[in-house]
Amino acid sequence: MTPASPSVFALIDGVLPSASRISPAVNAVFLALLLTSAALVAALTIAIVYFLIRYRRGSPAPRPRLKIAIWKFEATWIVGTTVVFLGFFFWGARIYLRMAKVPAGAMEIAVIGRQWMWDIRHQDGRRELAELHVPVNQPIALRMTSEDVIHSFAVPAFRLKQDVVPGKTVLAWFEATVPGSYPIFCDQYCGTKHAEMGGRVIVQTPEDYAAWLATGAGADSAETRGRALFVRYGCAGCHAGNSSVRAPRLEGLAGRDVPVEDGKIVTADDAYLRDSILLPNKHVTAGYAAVMPSYQGVIPEGDVLDLLAYLKSLASENPPALNSSAP
Amino acid sequence: MKIDAFSSRDVSADTPVNYFTRDYSLRSWLFTRDHKRIGLLYLISITFFFSIAAIAAALMRWELLTPQGDLVVSDIYNRLFTLHGVLMVWFFLIPSIPAVLGNFILPLMIGARDVAFPRLNLASWYLFMTGGLLVLYAILIGGVDTGWTFYTPYSSVYSNGHVMLMASGVFIAGFSSIATGLNFIVTLHKLRAPGLTWFRLPLFAWSIYATSLILVLATPVLAITLLLIMLERFLGVGVFDPKLGGDPLLFQHLFWFYSHPAVYIMILPGMGVVSEIIACFSRKRIFGYRIAAIAILAIAALGFLVWGHHMFVSSQSVYAGVVFSLLSFLVSVPSAIKVFNWVATLHRASIRFDTPFLYALGFLALFTVGGLTGLFLATLAVDVHLHDTYFVIAHFHYIMVGGMVMAYMGGIHYWWPKISGRLYHEWLARISAVTIFIGFNLTFFPQFILGYLGMPRRFHIYPPEFQTLNIVSTSGAVVLAIGYTLPLFYLGWSLFFGPRAGSNPWDATGLEWTTPSPPAEHNFERTPVVTQEAYDYPDLSL
Repeated sequence: MTPASPSVFALIDGVLPSASRISPAVNAVFLALLLTSAALVAALTIAIVYFLIRYRRGSPAPRPRLKIAIWKFEATWIVGTTVVFLGFFFWGARIYLRMAKVPAGAMEIAVIGRQWMWDIRHQDGRRELAELHVPVNQPIALRMTSEDVIHSFAVPAFRLKQDVVPGKTVLAWFEATVPGSYPIFCDQYCGTKHAEMGGRVIVQTPEDYAAWLATGAGADSAETRGRALFVRYGCAGCHAGNSSVRAPRLEGLAGRDVPVEDGKIVTADDAYLRDSILLPNKHVTAGYAAVMPSYQGVIPEGDVLDLLAYLKSLASENPPALNSSAP
Repeated sequence: MKIDAFSSRDVSADTPVNYFTRDYSLRSWLFTRDHKRIGLLYLISITFFFSIAAIAAALMRWELLTPQGDLVVSDIYNRLFTLHGVLMVWFFLIPSIPAVLGNFILPLMIGARDVAFPRLNLASWYLFMTGGLLVLYAILIGGVDTGWTFYTPYSSVYSNGHVMLMASGVFIAGFSSIATGLNFIVTLHKLRAPGLTWFRLPLFAWSIYATSLILVLATPVLAITLLLIMLERFLGVGVFDPKLGGDPLLFQHLFWFYSHPAVYIMILPGMGVVSEIIACFSRKRIFGYRIAAIAILAIAALGFLVWGHHMFVSSQSVYAGVVFSLLSFLVSVPSAIKVFNWVATLHRASIRFDTPFLYALGFLALFTVGGLTGLFLATLAVDVHLHDTYFVIAHFHYIMVGGMVMAYMGGIHYWWPKISGRLYHEWLARISAVTIFIGFNLTFFPQFILGYLGMPRRFHIYPPEFQTLNIVSTSGAVVLAIGYTLPLFYLGWSLFFGPRAGSNPWDATGLEWTTPSPPAEHNFERTPVVTQEAYDYPDLSL
């Protein structure tokens, strides 16, 4: 177990630990903003108090006209504040772009928000409610969606927050650097029990994590579950290898550019795959008729995520065959 | 100020006939077309709405004393913050300075007999009240639990409160905003006294002009958005609900396209009032008058381009986030310029510490803190941490309450002698101003820390480590409540027993001070002719 990283925020570390790869960067820009603001407030306060005392009505202080043109003051202020502000803009934007880019090799975990709980599904099939076990020093990519309203997955200790929006899958990532237990909040108001929609991230050392994994051995992986669902919902009837030519084959589809009916090319990303299941007529693959029924309201969000995991496994050279070990 | 105006005879002392005393009947008030009386109708109405919203806030602060949800159940708490937000934003802050002081003072300030469309002005008040009563009715029959932001698909599909009724109230009140804005724009274009050129206008008039532009341009977007929610809720047309093929983020774009400019509706008039007060009590022209006026317009224009900074973690495109962050920093520049100009005005001034000036100082301090913490939220990476936490709550209360309400109170105290013809008890008023300042900081400063530590907004059940700061905040609210209650008493007292004010108790410039206090029904016996700049105070270097 590594000790908490030393930081100028040590005083409040008890309440707000700084426990992710990105937090030191956020702390630094926050501290710079705080010091700049404090300096400005101090300067303005000193100036105001000085003027108030020296130039109170009836004081003998001389009040000659200003010798310097007013525009010179104005120009100084405008240029000065603009330069400082732009500095903070660039600093904050750089970190934000880093937050948006999931590092290679991240371990993927699915998160489903619903009134009022976090439903968390690991790739190996483990499922947790309101708890998220992760190994330390391992980038984790959260693939998230909501079954009802907008929620927001927030872990203050990781400086992490991402709205979880129904109708789309969103990605967020973090890399915990200190083992421990950190609160998860729902930060977007989501109805009656919004304040109780919490949870904890439990960051474990690799050994503890392995032990935790072992307790849940035997569950099916998301891919395996997705493969079963692919058969159960009847997708395989049209899309699988030996069926008729009514529907496009899905092997190697994920991530590829797909020509669609109206002549456009779309990339088969998460949003495309999801739409193709729930709103199949949005992008009909060129050369096929719009005959697929919508699965909106038929397939729950958790199953959609499992299906996506399966479809993405098909992108590889040797997809698991449908008839092999399907439960 | 050399003005060929109303004769200097001060009529208020002996001749009682003025806009107030000429007819006491209820009918004469409800059918009045006098901008001054309409201003007072708004004053009474918004004080009423403010009181209800403040009681909701008090109940919330009481609940937040403990980490458990023990005073009210979740559904009640959620209704409390919704009603607090809806009433404070649309039925207090937005109409506060424009509809009360703008109506009463603006025509006097520019030497006009009334606004351009007096009947429309009265109709605006009726629209406002219709909207307000609908909202109150929605609260009485069960309330709404969406928050004032009405985010979809919660509001359009999942909420079982009276969303549509409340949204209709806001929709109708929106037309009151549009009509008032239109009225002020035409008034400022067409009814300025001879010689009162644009760059001779007091900054209060500039701020009302900029505010009116926003009211007219932004409010229709809110109206359309609320209509779309109704379409989806009643007719099942998929606009925002993904299950119907809609996009929930579209709502946020539309909502903030209105509501961010609305923030400037709520602060620009405050900047105008504070400019008047600082100039008057320092006996100096506002430093950099022209740039101060242009900064007001710049804020109004740039304010339309920053709505996406409410959506940095909403899953909008990261590049959109970057652009909106940049624009948000740019809109802060003119605000910073204004602060520097006010402070520079105090340099080599001749300062008197009357109550309005104390409020203006309070505004300056709190607006500066509110503005600086806005920079934290405009900084993308920091916003990811602070978004939807108490830091945001503290930030916008520093702007809205610390800024706008301080300015509004300052304006009420500054123009009270003009409105009522009486002076209030100066020391009580100063004590109340200082009490409000202390109570405000005690209430809201701890919320910055709470937010930084991660306490989410709209939480009445919270981890116990947040309790101490919440107790400090709640005790501050008690002080704040005392500060807000005091003026009701001493201003009420002054109406009947206060000494006569005379036409110009502050020795201020500005056409409104050339009329008797209270002014006659048609303001000016003869239209004044203006030959001087605004804030034409005597040269202090002599």
